[in-house]
Amino acid sequence: MTLTKADLVRRIYKSKKLDKLESAQAIERLLEIMKQRLEAGENVLISGFGKFSVRDKRSRRGRNPHTGEDLILAPRRVVTFRPSGVLRKKING
Amino acid sequence: MNKSDLIECLSNEMNLPFHLAEFVIDEFFDAISEALIQDEGVQIRGFGSFTIRKYGAYTGRNPKTGEKIDVSPKKLPFFRPGKELRERVMSKK
Repeated sequence: MTLTKADLVRRIYKSKKLDKLESAQAIERLLEIMKQRLEAGENVLISGFGKFSVRDKRSRRGRNPHTGEDLILAPRRVVTFRPSGVLRKKING
Repeated sequence: MNKSDLIECLSNEMNLPFHLAEFVIDEFFDAISEALIQDEGVQIRGFGSFTIRKYGAYTGRNPKTGEKIDVSPKKLPFFRPGKELRERVMSKK
């Protein structure tokens, strides 16, 4: 079983605090806000859950694992996630 | 950005009372945490997916003292950014 966006929306409107449309819009908006911030290079810290950070990776020498050819990997910017201690404890609890 | 910034932002952009924006955000991260605690994966299109990675027991060393330490098996949540998030973050590089 995998939790999806539809499950998250359902969980919100089942509470009867928001209707179906509002619930879907709120989840989309929430995701869009986080994406915008990360895109702007900002970190997103959710206490009790974890931190999403943006990291710059330098260019490096790599290899095509298929052909064995050497190649230069361009500098990249990536999103990483570090779970909070609270979440790690709960998962191992 | 932290959780209260996120709540404020969602509340403003959705014209939603603060306590409802807070409710949506709490439910969102609680639902993801609960899925991970139950060893379930989470897949949010455009944003990313979370999976649990299991690590076996191993003997580590305290890097300072060189002392041997038994590390018990553990589970850690792992986040993989989705295509849209990856591309949006990369394009700003």
